[in-house]
Amino acid sequence: MTVLEVRDLRVTYPRGVRAVRGVDLSVGRGEVLGIVGESGSGKSALALATLGLLPPGTRVEGSVRLRGRELLGRSDAELSRVRGKDLAMVFQDPLSALTPVHPVGDQIAETIRVHAGATRPAARARAVELLELVGIPDAARRARAYPHEFSGGMRQRVMIAMAIANDPVAIVCDEPTTALDVTIQAQVLEVLRTAKEATGAAIVLITHDLGVVAGFADRVMVMYAGRAVETGPVAEVYARPRMPYTIGLLQSLPRIEPDAPRPVPIDGAGGISTGGFPATGCPFAPRCPVAVSRCADTEPPPVPVGTPAHTAACVNLDATGDPARVFPAPAPPPAPPVVPRHERPAVLEVEGLVRHHPLYRGTVLRRRNGTVRAVDGVSFDVRAGETLGLVGESGCGKTTALMEILRLTRPQRGTVRLFGRDTAALTAAERKALRRDVQVVFQDPFASLDPRMRVAEILAEPLLVHGVPRARIDARVRELLALVGLDPAHAARHPHGLSGGQRQRVGIARALALEPRLLLLDEPVASLDVSVQAGIMALLEELRARLGLAYLFVAHDLAVVRLLADRVAVMYRGRIVEIGPVADVYGAPVHPYTRALLDAVPRPDPHRERRRRPAPLPGDPPDPSEQPRGCRFRARCPSYAASADAAWRTLCETDEPRPRPVPEGTGRLVACHHPEGGRP
Amino acid sequence: MNRPGRTLRGLAASRRVVIGASLLVLLFLLAFAGPYLAPWGWEDTDFTAFREPPSTRHWFGTTQSGRDVFALTLRGMQKSLVIGLLVAVLSTALAALVGMVAGYLGGWPDRLLMWGVDLLLVLPAFLVVAVLAPSLGGGWPLLVLLLAAFLWMITARVVRAMTISLREREYVLAARFGGASTPWIIRRHILPHLASLLIVDAGLNVSVAIMAESGLSYFGFGVQPPDISLGTLIADGHGTATAYPWLSGFAAGLLVLTVLAVNLLGDGLRDLLDPTLEKGTP
Ligand SMILES: Nc1ncnc2c1ncn2[C@@H]1O[C@H](COP(=O)(O)OP(=O)(O)OP(=O)(O)O)[C@@H](O)[C@H]1O
Ligand code: SF4
Ligand code: SF4
Ligand SMILES: [Mg+2]
Repeated sequence: MTVLEVRDLRVTYPRGVRAVRGVDLSVGRGEVLGIVGESGSGKSALALATLGLLPPGTRVEGSVRLRGRELLGRSDAELSRVRGKDLAMVFQDPLSALTPVHPVGDQIAETIRVHAGATRPAARARAVELLELVGIPDAARRARAYPHEFSGGMRQRVMIAMAIANDPVAIVCDEPTTALDVTIQAQVLEVLRTAKEATGAAIVLITHDLGVVAGFADRVMVMYAGRAVETGPVAEVYARPRMPYTIGLLQSLPRIEPDAPRPVPIDGAGGISTGGFPATGCPFAPRCPVAVSRCADTEPPPVPVGTPAHTAACVNLDATGDPARVFPAPAPPPAPPVVPRHERPAVLEVEGLVRHHPLYRGTVLRRRNGTVRAVDGVSFDVRAGETLGLVGESGCGKTTALMEILRLTRPQRGTVRLFGRDTAALTAAERKALRRDVQVVFQDPFASLDPRMRVAEILAEPLLVHGVPRARIDARVRELLALVGLDPAHAARHPHGLSGGQRQRVGIARALALEPRLLLLDEPVASLDVSVQAGIMALLEELRARLGLAYLFVAHDLAVVRLLADRVAVMYRGRIVEIGPVADVYGAPVHPYTRALLDAVPRPDPHRERRRRPAPLPGDPPDPSEQPRGCRFRARCPSYAASADAAWRTLCETDEPRPRPVPEGTGRLVACHHPEGGRP
Repeated sequence: MNRPGRTLRGLAASRRVVIGASLLVLLFLLAFAGPYLAPWGWEDTDFTAFREPPSTRHWFGTTQSGRDVFALTLRGMQKSLVIGLLVAVLSTALAALVGMVAGYLGGWPDRLLMWGVDLLLVLPAFLVVAVLAPSLGGGWPLLVLLLAAFLWMITARVVRAMTISLREREYVLAARFGGASTPWIIRRHILPHLASLLIVDAGLNVSVAIMAESGLSYFGFGVQPPDISLGTLIADGHGTATAYPWLSGFAAGLLVLTVLAVNLLGDGLRDLLDPTLEKGTP
């Protein structure tokens, strides 16, 4: 039975930005529809229009029916009666949806009272029940806490509790897990699943993560340029995509499996920021490898392909019968260095690196109130020509470690040696000279480029600083642009005139300007759309092979790390808990945390995701200002929790595990007392 | 904000800038070119006209001792404008320097400089200048220094706060990790982002300085004879303002006009240069 039905929805923002251009969708009871698409494809506009939450001045046409009743054109008052009762929502940022001044329990009870007319005590009791349902520990007490006292994942649970408070018939979720770590994402998805089973509501799940859709949705709708370009059952669309954009999207995903094909970039970038879409014809035509002249005539309507429920909007379906042939195969990966690891010199050696931040309280009399142990004794080395990936949940100290290395001064404790030289012993002139060899690429390509400078000036800056003669600079800037695959004409642009992927290329070019030997990369692809990510990753691989660079690569996306890194270090609470060759660690993770982390990554493979139901790692990412005794992972450790052996457990409670080779002699270190796993 | 609102605000702002700037240019022309057109010099005395009301011979009338009020007013205005401009430039430059150094370096330089700022803020500025200016006997250049010394602190704080946030931007980090020195980063990455703030601030400081100078001079602590400023003129004519309004009325009017023009310009500039109105923010 269809509960939510959208017909020919069109959303036009002020200034004539047509964010949604005729979208149809329907979701049945208990069904989950996943909506995917890159940023700017109109996903959020679609969600907001459905909920009637668009800003004033926005034109919405078409029809949105909830259980047959039209929602468009109703007054705000009528709509708010529907919202929160029959139609609920969960957003990416729960803080914006919760009132900061009321306890969460009261807020949930309030919606129950308003919409269901329950008495105050009954509503309160129900609120506590709901909080229990979504897995808030100690719900009766936590109901009296304020939104800011919850962690991001817990807040999202509260949002879900609020959404299901009045047994809605449909829930619209816009990127509900985007801001969360994979481990927390797995928890929240589990809660959403429980919520769906408890209410039987239809769910519209908007996300850019094809892995989440594979595991959670029944049907999927792919959006491009404000239109649904392919719709169908998840298994069907993932196995036999027919629209070239869907094909590209699925092939551009970095995958975590060892035998997975290499991601294929989709050239160019969509979106209004880069000059917009063609006025007539297929909006994907400029990026489509199988475009024909007919594509420019009219916008292709969705037509059934294969099964009747599967539609694709493309006029050249003949060419997409075999998805593997649509996009040109990526160049084979550059050959790995032939010199064995132990014979290559170390470019970066870090030993026992510590960075603690004092925590102060009070504004007038500042008192030291504790210590944030951002980095708490980290050791690793990077050898010439290799890539070390550094992974871990947010707040575990990855970026801090990078910044400590980049300061090139004496760390609070421990040593940093670059190319064999201790940074603590450098003079100012030596430090500046050494900077030529170590460069950095940041996550957000917009924040890392000075908005007031042109690309040419940005690339010239490090050269000027290091006294490269002006006569050589122009030539070097052109060289750098070519090296990272940019047009010479881009030199005259400002950063805001470039797409995200192009900006990140400028960031990489700047890092390469002085011909460094080691590049530190802080989440270099995290803020890019998947289709663009693949291009940047290919560029990084190519540069490494061509220029013989070594990378220290920070990322939270484990699939990206598997593709780019030779070795991986897993960080937890300022320490490395496991380090070793990527294939070994991913193939047979030893530390319980590594295992949980790898388990939590959703795979873009519906068959597999359906069979696999990993138990999500419990608990939140830790508060780095607390210092527990014994193993710092203990509170969340599944092995510890499952073990009944008292002596076994005591070791975890009293002694901090030191990294030791496991198995012996493989260059792999694990910091756990019981690498063999739990003992019942 | 959407486009129409943005352009409307931009339009109103640019109108204020144009009006303020043109008014200011006219006032400057009047003060510095006017004396060449005037029939009387400011030191001339007309022994045939004592305390005459405005006429075709003496456009603004004459004083008790037969001096031409038009010439005197322009002379006073020259001084007031010069003092206002110098004070504004000096104090804004000082604010920028202290704020950026404190914000960028942090640590003890920051604490030391901010301690100085707090100290100056609690001193009763008007009193200190009133006591020091006449007793040090340095004439109006000393007055400029003293006024500037008490006008920069608030701006320095704002500059410091902005610098701290700019310092953590990734492009600043990138420059620093690329080997750029502190002066280089301040010049290339910090100062350009503070430029709009500093321009607006300097503009507003002109009017504050002119008002302060007039106030001090009015009470006899500011510009000392034989120098004259709008403030001394108003003070001289004050006692007899009802009977002989031309003695101080023109000076007061021009003072108000100058302050108005400067404020219009500063306000308009602030709105025009407001980063949220910048192009390129989608
Ligand atoms: N208030 C607005 N005024 C004008 N244009 C807007 C407004 N909000 C969004 N847009 C534009 O509408 C288009 C679609 O936006 P929308 O946020 O729905 O995309 P999205 O696919 O959800 O992106 P993301 O994944 O980044 O959230 C974008 O090009 C965006 O720039
Ligand atoms: S209609 Fe043409 S351009 Fe569009 S996806 Fe199909 S083949 Fe490509
Ligand atoms: S030492 Fe104990 S608590 Fe820590 S990870 Fe190993 S088994 Fe878990
Ligand atoms: Mg969105």
